[in-house]
Amino acid sequence: MDQTLKISKIKDGTVIDHIPGGKSLKVLSILNITGHVNYTVSLGMFVQSKTLGFKDVVKIESRFLERDELDRIALVAPEASISKIRNYEIVEKFQVSLTDRVTDIIKCSNQNCISNTKEPIRPEFIVKTRKPLILTCIYCDREMFEGEILSNL
Amino acid sequence: MIKSRCIVSIDDVSDSEMNEIFDLTDRMNESLESGKSITTMKGKILATLFYEPSTRTRLSFESAMQRLGGSTLGFSDVKSSSVSKGETLADTVRMAESYSDIIVIRHPLEGSARLASRFTAKPVINAGDGSGQHPTQTLLDLYTMKKEFGKIDGLKIALIGDLKYGRTVHSLLLALSRFKVQVTLVSPPSLRIPQHIISKVKDIIKIEETDVISHVLPEADVFYATRIQKERFTDQNEYQSLIGSYSIDSELVSQMKETAIIMHPLPRVDEINPSVDALPQARYFKQAYYGVPLRMALITLLLGGEN
Ligand SMILES: [Zn+2]
Repeated sequence: MDQTLKISKIKDGTVIDHIPGGKSLKVLSILNITGHVNYTVSLGMFVQSKTLGFKDVVKIESRFLERDELDRIALVAPEASISKIRNYEIVEKFQVSLTDRVTDIIKCSNQNCISNTKEPIRPEFIVKTRKPLILTCIYCDREMFEGEILSNL
Repeated sequence: MIKSRCIVSIDDVSDSEMNEIFDLTDRMNESLESGKSITTMKGKILATLFYEPSTRTRLSFESAMQRLGGSTLGFSDVKSSSVSKGETLADTVRMAESYSDIIVIRHPLEGSARLASRFTAKPVINAGDGSGQHPTQTLLDLYTMKKEFGKIDGLKIALIGDLKYGRTVHSLLLALSRFKVQVTLVSPPSLRIPQHIISKVKDIIKIEETDVISHVLPEADVFYATRIQKERFTDQNEYQSLIGSYSIDSELVSQMKETAIIMHPLPRVDEINPSVDALPQARYFKQAYYGVPLRMALITLLLGGEN
């Protein structure tokens, strides 16, 4: 039996599945889901999974995700799948994708980088490697590693 | 021609472009020595946007442009420019674009030259961005090694002194990883090279780290000394004791190979004793001298060649 069924089905909203075990809290923080939301959020942590070993699942009632939110999730959970639910049915299902360039999602960790000033530009990074995740700032060339990236999201 | 049209990082220069720059530097050098005047850049203007003072670098660029028959304009004092009124770098670059054909920028923040290159179609040369890159110094360092030894491959190079804050040495090490060289990093433990620099090169070239200079003395071909800045130390006694163990004097030079060379990006303070200046290994003044012909070559190639 599918372990994810332990979490109740939702009527309308978004299911984020295949989040690496334990990373769902980071996903919630990216989506700004704090203790003060007015919709139902269900969370499954360390659910057994055939492909990931253990995974997390997040189900959010009455909320659909924006492009930049999906891009941020891709940094934390590059294999996450997103299902849009309407009236208990999956109307759309896709995987998040980490593009080769990451623009406007996170700031450069180098405090002395020109991209952290009031210049008319957006922070931009090249994805140097995906596993492990390394981003290179296109301005100052500083490399950001996973821990730094997650704490800057 | 240089494909990227901008020299922000040494990575903007391919291996073949580097050879092209070095060949033209040789010819510029010959012209300077023969006193032949060059007018290929007549009517062209080079802008120097210096957000922090560096007289040596600025004069070297201005001399290079004027030796080519071109002219220069710019600022080296932020207080007297519109920058102090809070203008963005992007706007200053857009303004400079309409006044000049090529822009040289020095700025205290990292990534500033890359930003500048995004706001103009004119060539941009990075003359130092914070603790980031200083590619013309790096080209000059590599040119000096190539000129003195005929090739860079096979050299044993010791980088000595402040390897933590010294940006010239970061740029140089990254560039050296493109050659088959062995590098020894000699610095006090508190001034070791940052891990993010080491991680970029450690799988590519052979690197050793040490805090004693003595064991590289008989082996290295190149001794590249950098300035240990007094301002970095709260305890001046610590500075004095460090500078003693890392400064090069004639006694140390006597333990070096006769063919070894000593380089330094200048200005030096206590890192090289003046008694070394007359010894055959001293090359730092020659290295500085190459700055003008090298920048002449670079400007020429960025502005479309010799014709
Ligand atoms: Zn940066």
